[in-house]
Amino acid sequence: MKATYSLFLVFGLVLVALIGVGGLGLHYLFGVIIPYVAVLCFILGFICKVLNWGRSPVPFRIPTTAGQQFSLPWIKQNKIDNPSTMWGVVLRMFFEIFTFRSLFRNTKVELYDGPKLAYASAKWLWLFALMFHYAFLVIFIRHMRFFTEPVPSIFQFIDKVDGVLQVGAPHIYITEIIILVGLAFLLLRRILDPKIRYISLPADYFPLFLILGIVVSGILMRFFVKTDVVGIKQITMGLVMLKPVLPKSVGTIFYVHLFLVSVLLIYFPFSKLMHMGGVFLSPTRNMINNNRMKRHVNPWNYPVKVHTYEAYEDEFREKMVEAGLPVDKPLEQSPAENKE
Amino acid sequence: MALPSARELFSKISHRMPKREWMDIPVEIKPGRYCYPANPKSLEYVGMPYARQWSPLDEDWKLPENWMEIIRTGMRDRLDRFRTFKIFMDICVRCGACADKCHFFIGTGDPKNMPVLRAELLRSIYRGEFTTAGKILGRFAGARKLTEEVIKEWWYYFYQCTECRRCSLFCPYGIDQAELTIIGRELTNLLGLNTDWIATPVANCYRTGNHLGIQPHAFKEMIEFFCDDIEEVTGIRPEPQFNKKGADILFITPSGDVFADPGTYTCMGYLMLFHYLKEEYGLDVTWSTYASEGGNFGFFTSHEMMKRLNAKMYMEAKRLGVKWILGGECGHMWRVIHQYMDTMNGPADFLEEPVNPITGTKFENAKSTKMVHITEFTADLIKHGKLKLDKSRNDNIILTYHDSCNPSRGMGLLEEPRYIIKHVCNHFYEMPENTIREQTFCCGSGAGLNAGEIEELRFLGGLPRANAVKHVHDKFGVNMLACICAIDRAVFPPLMDYWVPGVDVTGIHELVGNALILPGEKERETNLRGEPLPGKEG
Ligand code: SF4
Ligand code: SF4
Repeated sequence: MKATYSLFLVFGLVLVALIGVGGLGLHYLFGVIIPYVAVLCFILGFICKVLNWGRSPVPFRIPTTAGQQFSLPWIKQNKIDNPSTMWGVVLRMFFEIFTFRSLFRNTKVELYDGPKLAYASAKWLWLFALMFHYAFLVIFIRHMRFFTEPVPSIFQFIDKVDGVLQVGAPHIYITEIIILVGLAFLLLRRILDPKIRYISLPADYFPLFLILGIVVSGILMRFFVKTDVVGIKQITMGLVMLKPVLPKSVGTIFYVHLFLVSVLLIYFPFSKLMHMGGVFLSPTRNMINNNRMKRHVNPWNYPVKVHTYEAYEDEFREKMVEAGLPVDKPLEQSPAENKE
Repeated sequence: MALPSARELFSKISHRMPKREWMDIPVEIKPGRYCYPANPKSLEYVGMPYARQWSPLDEDWKLPENWMEIIRTGMRDRLDRFRTFKIFMDICVRCGACADKCHFFIGTGDPKNMPVLRAELLRSIYRGEFTTAGKILGRFAGARKLTEEVIKEWWYYFYQCTECRRCSLFCPYGIDQAELTIIGRELTNLLGLNTDWIATPVANCYRTGNHLGIQPHAFKEMIEFFCDDIEEVTGIRPEPQFNKKGADILFITPSGDVFADPGTYTCMGYLMLFHYLKEEYGLDVTWSTYASEGGNFGFFTSHEMMKRLNAKMYMEAKRLGVKWILGGECGHMWRVIHQYMDTMNGPADFLEEPVNPITGTKFENAKSTKMVHITEFTADLIKHGKLKLDKSRNDNIILTYHDSCNPSRGMGLLEEPRYIIKHVCNHFYEMPENTIREQTFCCGSGAGLNAGEIEELRFLGGLPRANAVKHVHDKFGVNMLACICAIDRAVFPPLMDYWVPGVDVTGIHELVGNALILPGEKERETNLRGEPLPGKEG
């Protein structure tokens, strides 16, 4: 159900662009205004969200330690999974962000008669999630050739490498295949795995379908509903230079693609997609486990009511003296009633 | 309530998901799955709000009239104070990597025991109350209304989480349900919803220094009983010191070690170790009756309560004028010491940077907090050859070792206890790799869940741990489970009896005590438990 809703929502968005541009001829709205609004929304939204997170302090240093601590000199520390220095944290975050290290640990629990529990390795999620994210990244980077003139050689190079298969005309990009496979896995897993389906919200399907829509419209544009690439570059460069132009030779399919991307940008800061920013700020991962070495300061630490030794001794002095325990005040002076 | 047989209980576990969506399933408070509410007197003693008699089975929980306002303000306040709370509310992608990592989900199959859904219980309210999308789109954005039902659900499920952080280890963003449970419990506490197994120990700790409410003279007496027992076994009587001003080291251990078997044998181990070090090297250690609880039940209540109870450690160290503090074997106690104490109640500038006076080793990793874990201390002594050990005395034991959640995932104390084990015991086998070290499974009774009335829940939660023990029991004949946590020592014996009969439970320092050759001791016939030593059975 939730998946269908989200799918139709994306269909609806496609329809909006088709009617808006193809039917009503609102090229300026879809080609200029919405993209500008979207970019602005994304940048401001992203910054606001991160600043908002940053406004709340981290009162305690609570890294999740995933290996041997730094302790006695002859005990081998796990410097990455339980970092005691800033460099260790940098490495830990590097592996977390670029190789999804925590997800790599994933296992799947199985129950057998016996009674017996087993933990099978379950690296598929890790693999496909990694494929999806890297493909996305490369596609993003290679799109930069639309927003730069002259195109820096790094973008050209990435474009070349991605098209290295030299199959089809124009060449199929490897990332086009990878991202489709990745998306298919993530979607099917969400729909077919009962546990994952159970925890999923519409907000989990929507971005998947949206990105799928973006990828599909992009592929259509290149292979099936061919449209004027030179014209597209004029539009994108126009947007970059703040001098928008809208050549007539560019087909509606491009506007659909652009609209879906705009929606993604607008949706991003308000959604779970902010995990992109959040992963850098997660206190259980980005803190040094030097807790007992260096005092962490809590900005809102406030004094609390405690039960003092004096109050304790006042209550138990007699019994303490009787048991031969040392006391601070001798028995005679003890104010009998002074209990807390 | 009598429990079904292990086999029967196991066969009832189903990981099949219900047909209805979780938001549509009203919470059903099941006997055997919830702890009794707090005795109002205990809450009043420490000044917690809305102390009252109420029953989870009643329709009416007697919430204060403005409970909604309290929760809203409580949440806003915590969002402003904890970045973790904000981020963990915002970035979960529901990838499900954490779903089957929780021992309570594995054991009960209740979908709301999947860490991700436990968090969604809170997150759905966060969306509905604090985000624009949630306010407008409602359920489509994963939001729901704040109702009394929700509060009941929170109370029920936040007290089915042992704050073990296993979920956090597997989450790609480190989302830590333990942190959310702590915050969620703070919220329920604002409405006077707590459990007695937490609230009464809190009040006892506050008043007498330990969770059982043992008064100073009785505390001393109990330790003296242990000295009698040690004398019987070894012919040597340790002379522990109490509340001694000017001692070198203050020793604090969970009071469970003083009270309940088999923790008591671990306590004897400490006593023998300190006696040995005093005789051989003149080490001056004192116990305290005032700070006689290492464990911190406040941690299961609120950050503030944790701080109030923890304060005693530094206050006592200061009053006695010791150089540094040594801490006994305990799980969550060490999470509090390692990750919270210095921040809350420090700086400990009245103490010295800890140095082992016998080996000269500087405990670099404790130079600010100035509290050292006893396994760090003992491992250092063994490494430097300062202890005379006869490990064959433990030859009847085929051992495996359970990493407690907090020292593993909130500290990283993994090798120190293993190093000691290898020097005091000849037969040691590890459990399967996915169940030890940082991936260790909880005993199922931590974070204040060790109550008798939830035995079934605890046995189900303890199943993954027990099952891993069963594996090595069947394969290598393991007959003893070692741990460094007082709660473990209290809960494992019945848990093992249920799932893996024939496995006993010990602390590391009980093994040390048995292996340690005290100066001038008589030839021992039995171990500390009074069982014949290997070769002395006849
Ligand atoms: S592993 Fe983390 S991101 Fe994935 S569902 Fe669990 S809490 Fe959410
Ligand atoms: S902290 Fe432990 S008990 Fe709580 S949800 Fe996570 S895995 Fe389960």
